[in-house]
Amino acid sequence: MPATSTAAPVLELRDVSKSFGPVVALRAGSLAVDAGSIHALIGENGAGKSTLVKVVAGVHRRDSGVFRLGGEAVDFGSTAESKQAGVAVIYQEPTLFPDLSVTENIFMGRQILARGRRVDRQAMYAEAERLFERLGVRIDPRRPAEGLSIADQQIIEIAKAISLDARLLVMDEPTAALSGVEVDRLFAVARSLRDEGRALVFISHRFDEVFALCDTVTVMRDGSYVDTRRIDATTPSELVSLMVGRDVDELFPKVAAEIGEPVLQVRGLSRAGVFHDIDLEVRAGEIVGLAGLVGAGRSEVARAVFGVDAYDSGSVTMSGKTVRPRDPRSAIRAGMAFIPEDRRKQGLVIDSSVTRNVAGVIRRSIAKAGLLTGAMENRAAGPWAGRLEVKTSALDMNAATMSGGNQQKVVIAKWLATDPKLLIIDEPTRGIDVGTKAEVHRLLSELAGQGLAILMISSELPEVLGMADRVVVLCEGRITAELDRAEATPEAVMHAATHHLEDAR
Amino acid sequence: MSHTDVERPETADVPAGEALLVEPSRLSPTRRAVTTVLRSRELSIFLVLVAVVVLATSKNNGFLFSADGWRNFLLNPSILLLLAVGQAVVIITRNVDLSVGSVMALTAYLTGRLFIEQPNLPIVAVLAACLLLGAVLGFVNGALVAYGGVPALVITLGTLYIYRGIMLTWAGSDRINAGDLPREFLQLGTRSVLGVPLLTILALVVLAAVGYYLHTARGGRELYAIGSDPDAAVLYGLPVRRRLLAAFVLSGALAGLAGALYTARYGTVSSSVGSGIELQAVAAAVIGGIAIFGGSGTVWGAAIGAFLLVTINRALPSLGIEDFWQRAVVGALILGAIVLDRVLARRQARKLAESRDHS
Repeated sequence: MPATSTAAPVLELRDVSKSFGPVVALRAGSLAVDAGSIHALIGENGAGKSTLVKVVAGVHRRDSGVFRLGGEAVDFGSTAESKQAGVAVIYQEPTLFPDLSVTENIFMGRQILARGRRVDRQAMYAEAERLFERLGVRIDPRRPAEGLSIADQQIIEIAKAISLDARLLVMDEPTAALSGVEVDRLFAVARSLRDEGRALVFISHRFDEVFALCDTVTVMRDGSYVDTRRIDATTPSELVSLMVGRDVDELFPKVAAEIGEPVLQVRGLSRAGVFHDIDLEVRAGEIVGLAGLVGAGRSEVARAVFGVDAYDSGSVTMSGKTVRPRDPRSAIRAGMAFIPEDRRKQGLVIDSSVTRNVAGVIRRSIAKAGLLTGAMENRAAGPWAGRLEVKTSALDMNAATMSGGNQQKVVIAKWLATDPKLLIIDEPTRGIDVGTKAEVHRLLSELAGQGLAILMISSELPEVLGMADRVVVLCEGRITAELDRAEATPEAVMHAATHHLEDAR
Repeated sequence: MSHTDVERPETADVPAGEALLVEPSRLSPTRRAVTTVLRSRELSIFLVLVAVVVLATSKNNGFLFSADGWRNFLLNPSILLLLAVGQAVVIITRNVDLSVGSVMALTAYLTGRLFIEQPNLPIVAVLAACLLLGAVLGFVNGALVAYGGVPALVITLGTLYIYRGIMLTWAGSDRINAGDLPREFLQLGTRSVLGVPLLTILALVVLAAVGYYLHTARGGRELYAIGSDPDAAVLYGLPVRRRLLAAFVLSGALAGLAGALYTARYGTVSSSVGSGIELQAVAAAVIGGIAIFGGSGTVWGAAIGAFLLVTINRALPSLGIEDFWQRAVVGALILGAIVLDRVLARRQARKLAESRDHS
């Protein structure tokens, strides 16, 4: 559907930038969306799409650049202001109140009121049912939001946005967790909203969806605007070349390593409602990529293997010896190391020096008579930090003030000091800017070359494809594919990651 | 009611309790209401209260069936009830207010001071002054929590000492005695209407108003949302700071009122008034089913919790139980309530997760 007139676009962003400390998330984002059109925004993970969305939503305030809504310059300081201005945003990761009912989640902050400013629950239940009917799903409006599948949570987000009656609707990968039927329904709703004259921004990794739904497409790369095309005047391969702009092999310098004996063996690992029948094997010198959509249960599997979370059945063995469930110390003794996704929260004692962080896990083996001195810590930590080229002039530097890349290296150093046989690493380069990413990749590749077994969880498809010797794909808590390096194409992985959904419903 | 009721007739194979959790709309409205009440935390804590009263009364008839016994049963919990209601609102937002005991002490002393300076001051004016002072002190707490970004536990622990210090400095070695207070004011603490003490009626009116607000007003629902997930509340564009501020102001104002009522009830104000009562208020809320991490529970439960705490403290001596064990019982109640919360929450999460596998 062509844009209707020459009137000012509903949304106009020009050269918008945003940095978080030393990390530049958005360099020069530009986007112009007309009324009555669906505009696709595509780019690799880390290209700055989500940051751009959060600027529009009022979550982040831009550092510089032009931001106009319906021709008027705006500057949102909060999400309340953007909502007021008619902007509805569906975030990539659903944000719901688990204790409250599905209906309250949809209407929170703008409940339907009856006489005496009372919240009208009956009217809201009825309205929620109407919304769910329009979306063609059956969710009980009275049940709590807790325990909903990611797909259902995403539906709630969509229902919320639709009920807002917004003039601009931004959807950040709304289809990532939806099945084919649900996607079709969502598209029907999106088209009807467009035909009502609203502007929509649609972020997706799936080209078939972009071409099926959108009128225009804007490509971003490394935090910057690349180009805008009309959808009928472009092709998927053209878009790919705009998105990537460089060669994958260059980015991920994977060194071929000799693959040895199995180190980690996981058999039939299950936890009700989270993951089922997980069989995994990681050999010495091998990098196994664990791929899947957000909410597929990848991190949960990793946490269960390491013993942070419990599991109902199945077994975990390291080099043939059973690792006790629910006991991370046993896992560490067996030679496992685990670097969680949110290293600031879980992997690094953030307000402590590099030395302390590195020496923390091995304090028992370096302590003399139960006492630990600064000198001992320095002696133990020095070689590791040096080997990883952590750029801290002194080991006493506070970890909180370092860049994401260096923090990640400190976390890796911390675990290497325990001399592990297996490294489980969740989203190794999240929040690290593009330049430093390659260093982390090179490091992981080198470690594998030295015989370390690595289980890597990543949402970034290029990272998985570039680094892994073998890719295991998870979907809704089940393994749906196991692909060799040669077989692992973006299409094959994405198909497996969404495959189960299509089958089950 | 809703059309799903017609579409999906009630099936017998799912227990009502589980259906209530996973698919409440499958139950008929009456069945849903009955199951909700039967499975509520408020009912079970109420039954415990009944059991305590029955046990104590069977040992000693006068525990309930004497003019004094009945009056004490209703009157003694009323001050703690006010504090527990305020505390419940604050805890629902995933915060805590430890300063209420000190706020109460300040306004209790203020009450006496006002009557000494101005014996003819109308009682309503004094109550209003106490409410106002409490609200201001609560505002300080709320502003520090909402804008300072420091955990409420730390902030209100600090103001607990500061407010108490102000009270001690102000009062010096002074003490308010019944003789300093007008008779009508003291009667406020003892008078009954139709066998129900006036203070209890006042506390119940406050309880009803706050309970109604939390259940039916936008602001009330937003307090639950904030406690359920503070980050999501920001993304929703809820006025998080304003709501937090309001919760602390309410807690402070109710503590202020409780101070005035304390003076009316007991007639004397010493420097130790209300010390330690903040923990009783927290205990009442937790026993009554307010989740300590916010987002769930009702003030009704907190009120019953306050009744239970006070009644147990009165019942145990009459059952011939030693002082040590009296405290231990209260401690066991709190631990039991928290353990029960965790167990129930985990079971609920598990059931909801399993229902996902079946669908």
